[in-house]
Amino acid sequence: MSSCQLTIVDSVDKVIFDFLGEFTLYDVSRIEKKIVNINLLKTDNVVINLDNITYLDTTVALYLNKLHQKFLDDSKKVFIQCATKKIQATLDLVQKETKNLEKLKQENKKKIITTIGKDSFKNCLGFLSFVEFIGKLFATKLFYFFSIKNIRFKEIAYEINESAIKALGIVSLTSFLIGLVIAYQSAFQLKLYGANIFIVDMLGISILRELAPLITAIVIAGRSGSAFTAQIGAMKITQELDAMRTMGFDPYIFLVLPRIIAMMISMSILIFVADMMGLLGGVVVANIDLGISSDVFLERFKEVVSIKHFFLGMIKGPFFAFLIASIGVYRGFMVKDDTQSIGKNTTKSVVESIFAVIVCDAIFSILFTNLGI
Amino acid sequence: MQNIIEVTNIKTIFGDKVVHNNLSLKIKEGEIYGLLGPSGCGKTTLLREMVMLQKFDSGSINVLGHSLENIRHKEAQKLRREWGVLFQAGALFSSLTLAENIALPLVEYTDLSKSMIDEVVAFKIHIVGLKVSDAQLYPSQISGGMKKKAALARSLVMDPKLLFLDEPTSGLDPISAREFDALILKLRSLLGLSIVMVSHDLQSIYDTLDRVAIIDNKQIAYEGTLSNIHSINNTFIKTFFKQTELRR
Repeated sequence: MSSCQLTIVDSVDKVIFDFLGEFTLYDVSRIEKKIVNINLLKTDNVVINLDNITYLDTTVALYLNKLHQKFLDDSKKVFIQCATKKIQATLDLVQKETKNLEKLKQENKKKIITTIGKDSFKNCLGFLSFVEFIGKLFATKLFYFFSIKNIRFKEIAYEINESAIKALGIVSLTSFLIGLVIAYQSAFQLKLYGANIFIVDMLGISILRELAPLITAIVIAGRSGSAFTAQIGAMKITQELDAMRTMGFDPYIFLVLPRIIAMMISMSILIFVADMMGLLGGVVVANIDLGISSDVFLERFKEVVSIKHFFLGMIKGPFFAFLIASIGVYRGFMVKDDTQSIGKNTTKSVVESIFAVIVCDAIFSILFTNLGI
Repeated sequence: MQNIIEVTNIKTIFGDKVVHNNLSLKIKEGEIYGLLGPSGCGKTTLLREMVMLQKFDSGSINVLGHSLENIRHKEAQKLRREWGVLFQAGALFSSLTLAENIALPLVEYTDLSKSMIDEVVAFKIHIVGLKVSDAQLYPSQISGGMKKKAALARSLVMDPKLLFLDEPTSGLDPISAREFDALILKLRSLLGLSIVMVSHDLQSIYDTLDRVAIIDNKQIAYEGTLSNIHSINNTFIKTFFKQTELRR
């Protein structure tokens, strides 16, 4: 691209700006610097000579217009020479269109207090709208279960396949490794006191009661909760939800309830699998590191770990599942009309559902301890 | 007049479906050229191939003197600054305001000062018929027609020599659609733009296009001016243009 050359002829009574070549937006800032440095105090007449310009774009025309205005403000006489009709037309267009043009407004900076206030208010509203979502779910939708015909078995089965069967691998592997690690770390301490056999008590209670449900919930929040948000969010952007509503298909029945129910069922299956795999990890370490054979492990297990621990862990499942699925779906509904908000809401969905699961677990823990279970 | 785009013997295959078979056309500098045809005939595909968004299976496309089959990265980047593309739904970046969207090419590719950029942005917003006060809005806050105008402002901001429009008037109300046509004609005469567009809007086709290519059955059914299109014996042309005759 041939760039524009500027020659400045400073004669007695006038200054001539002589432009040559193709004048495009890439040249503007260079030319601008050159012109700013010129002292124009002693002359009254300025000539802008565009006769030798081959091409000129609108950015340049805007710049020349600005320059022209500036010279006029300095009470100089300006002559623009232009031989080519096309260039003159561009200049005329810019001059005509910029006459009543407003300046681009700059965004004013917000004060930090204002930002904090606004954000807190928004968060409060966000919590209220989640409560509203849950209320709506319970108040108007659960009565559909009074008739078995309303339950959408096909969707539920599909979601169970998606969120439980396909997640079996990752949940098993994670809980197996957690069992392995916990056992390995405690084996070292137990060996010091010669209390090898107590590994069974420790693993049995911690995995069945706390670890397996929690690990499963966290994996599923990251895996299926985020998927729910993204699916429903994308459907919202493409107006599929609106289309469903106009056709009389209630999204709560078609999309929300099947996912929540499926998740509650899936979670129980997955926690059971996680229990088994976690204990398997423990058995492996006990066998190799502590010399406790699997027969001894299982015998001790039967003696010291009562069945209530298993049930306590399993009971948490549906609660966690409800939280994860409802937060995921709710976040999907919160997606606005642009692509950015899918990402934002997916992140929020995962963070909030993991947080909710941990809070729920803490409440259960206090409850069970105080009940003496 | 020089050819600005030359498409020679293009073949495009999606899976086992042949979209274009030995399709050739030439677009001259300074003209407004329309790609027409029944839906699913591959107009938009051809447009996407011209702007290097999609690969074709054989043949060659030459745009502004660069052949696209084995173009190098640096050349391709240079070529991309010399054209503007307007997508059907605007494709404005949703995380940026209108002003930021339009200013983006200037900020990235030139060393213009902030005040100069603001001025260019305000001018382009004005010239496409938007209000300068709308500049701080985000794309999700404006209507479809406004999005389209803002997207046109973005594609024009570097003063390209070549403009690709994918259904520019679809989704606009009739008045803005005609204004849009007038704007396109004005810009062409002022800036020496060459314009390639896909369109279904008959009024717009008659008002703006210099020459058209009609793609039907994987090939060009007709290439030339609109005045002698009725001599062609093609079902699509007959039905499509007969309606206009009745309406006019």
